[in-house]
Amino acid sequence: MSYTPNLLLRNVRPVGGDFDGSQTVDIRITDGTIAEIGTELNPQKENETIHDAGGAYVSGGWMDMHVHLREPGYEHKETIETGCAAAAFGGFTEVACMPNTNPPIHTRDVVEFIKKKSEQLPVEVHPIGCVSKEREGDSIAEMSDMKEGGAVAFSDDGDPVYNSQLMRVALEYSSMLEMPIINHEEDLKLSRPGHMHEGKVSARLGIDGTPGIAEETMIARDILLAQFTGGHIHVAHISTAKAVDLVRQAKADGINITTEVCPHHFDLTDEEIERRDFDTNVKMHPPLRTQEDVNAMIEGLADGTIDAICTDHAPHAIEEKEVEFIYAPNGIIGLETAWSISVKRLLDSDVLDLQTLLTKFVEKPREILNLDIPKIEEGTKANLTLFNVDEEWTFSESAVRSKSKNSPYLGEELKGRAEAIYNNGRFVINEI
Amino acid sequence: MTENIELQDSNHDFTHKHLLGLADYSKDDILFVLEQAKYFREILDRPVPKVPTLRDKTIVNLFYEDSTRTRLSFELAQKRMGADVVNFSKGSSSVKKGESLKDTIRNISSMKIDMVVARHKSPGVPHFLTRCVDAAIINAGDGAHEHPTQALLDMFTMQQVYPDLTGKNIAIIGDIAHSRVVRSNVIGLLKLGANVTVCGPKTMMPAYVEELGADVSYNIDEVLSWCDIAMALRIQLERQEGGTELFPSIREYHQLFGITMEHLEEYPDFTIMHPGPVNRGVEMESEVADSDRSIILSQVTNGVAVRMAILYLLSGRTRV
Repeated sequence: MSYTPNLLLRNVRPVGGDFDGSQTVDIRITDGTIAEIGTELNPQKENETIHDAGGAYVSGGWMDMHVHLREPGYEHKETIETGCAAAAFGGFTEVACMPNTNPPIHTRDVVEFIKKKSEQLPVEVHPIGCVSKEREGDSIAEMSDMKEGGAVAFSDDGDPVYNSQLMRVALEYSSMLEMPIINHEEDLKLSRPGHMHEGKVSARLGIDGTPGIAEETMIARDILLAQFTGGHIHVAHISTAKAVDLVRQAKADGINITTEVCPHHFDLTDEEIERRDFDTNVKMHPPLRTQEDVNAMIEGLADGTIDAICTDHAPHAIEEKEVEFIYAPNGIIGLETAWSISVKRLLDSDVLDLQTLLTKFVEKPREILNLDIPKIEEGTKANLTLFNVDEEWTFSESAVRSKSKNSPYLGEELKGRAEAIYNNGRFVINEI
Repeated sequence: MTENIELQDSNHDFTHKHLLGLADYSKDDILFVLEQAKYFREILDRPVPKVPTLRDKTIVNLFYEDSTRTRLSFELAQKRMGADVVNFSKGSSSVKKGESLKDTIRNISSMKIDMVVARHKSPGVPHFLTRCVDAAIINAGDGAHEHPTQALLDMFTMQQVYPDLTGKNIAIIGDIAHSRVVRSNVIGLLKLGANVTVCGPKTMMPAYVEELGADVSYNIDEVLSWCDIAMALRIQLERQEGGTELFPSIREYHQLFGITMEHLEEYPDFTIMHPGPVNRGVEMESEVADSDRSIILSQVTNGVAVRMAILYLLSGRTRV
């Protein structure tokens, strides 16, 4: 994470904006700003670091709009620093972190604590404030004050905004601030005590299931409330085919709605729980669903119904996950592997071309959160991700930068990797 | 007591280390276990119903969920084969101190344990245990997933009535969604060629119930007129407390799905089973449970023999 304000990046292939990845150029960064883009640039300054990227792609820095950094309160799972190290390894220069910490991010001082803790890091952290005070789901938190402190959206993630009146008030109030409400879409009465998707596999395994309708009925409610209030609803970690249909129709109806999907929801199915003999690293919420749902995620990404790719990075300590299936907490780490899974399922399968895939990592999350979009242009702040789509590598424990190792992808052969990030004057080269 | 036990069919290659569920056992495996159990069933009728088969084995019964008959049945089976047995039940020793299951089993295993018999409310615990220790693991019930020794003893008992279960019609009546007994029985019975219908309130059927492979009925008269054997399941009264109830009342359950003396008169051919414990007046009238059509107590006796057979086969021996 070395401070490298002056950097000459040699042999990079920019993608995004006017660039389609076919051109190899050099990029000179001076004082953290893109100073010059050209070919065969010469070192100018004594203190200019030179990095030959060997033809790696470069794009605007990636953003993950849905991570759990666990700090404050659960530092045994993850800290802001280790979470950001995982983000950097995954190619992300910015993350938005969910407020289910302890205390929750429900007041401006907690927002500012996180901003302060992360200000020296190459990865910029954008706190998402709670919808409700204490994240208890009753009355709205001080949204405007949190916005002043640096919050970029509001969510009670980890739990849904279950109270419909609270959701109405939250959408009305946040629309005044031009901020989205991100809802973890779950009807708790329908979903509990589910520990996996309710389907054929749960029928075989005798595990209480969380049906898709628990997610879909909540999304339907939120669509109606967004339409009624004019607020912006962002559907967190969408996971069912019918949910994608609902969002697609709502978008066609002109409702202010956006959504995101996690790589594991367009890669894995509930069959994994059986195949892996109840491995708790395939237990998450929303749960892994069916092949039909996976296919719908991919279609939704292809036609733009699903705006962004996020990880729902959810670290849990080994002793928390190495327990009986029904006692294990939900969630997996995802920052380190998001790009490789996207390459496998979307790029190599010709679902999306490289430029469109990158919009899910670069432009879309920031459009949803009203943040500046990094560009590869002279005179703009250097916020960049260097990556490839073809390097074969093994996701071994040594590649895990997160403090926790709860990933179903550990030990897997992956393809495509983020080689380095540059942001805030800091240059991080990822070594496996 | 020193009489040798001969494998009935030494050509069958029984290679299992564990009994996690009947899903992992083939038809031949199941028939082989049931065949072995016959010898142990004979032993139980001897004046001294003991064999030294497991005298150098140590077995832990790890019960994280209340159980009376399954635990007693396993313990009797183990003692009749001369094994050293230790019992660990929830509420005792380290569970209260909040020790994890992994630590508990690894600690116990360090005391040189050969086999673990495990009961737990979470599906998959036996599979989890195989990743923690080397011992042979026997599933004595994991949540609503499987209860393979129960299904084996049920099939053994059915064979006493119908030696060949191929084409026989078996009805299982009750809370299908939350029953491990159903899952193991359906898997086993279908492998043996029986026809199986599950019957109960629609709210007590799992979503995608057809995935179990059995036929489904919501009409008790329909299944009782069809079946050769009717197995009623215990309705877990505790499930009715808290949460959203899955049926309106015990009274209405009994009206719709309880087996009555009128049923016995109207359908004179079917035999009655129940894995126990029976809620008299709920799943069936008291007189039904005690009638000569009921083979519920045979199930209990046979349970010891079947568990002896499984313990023997998984103890790593091919011959005594």
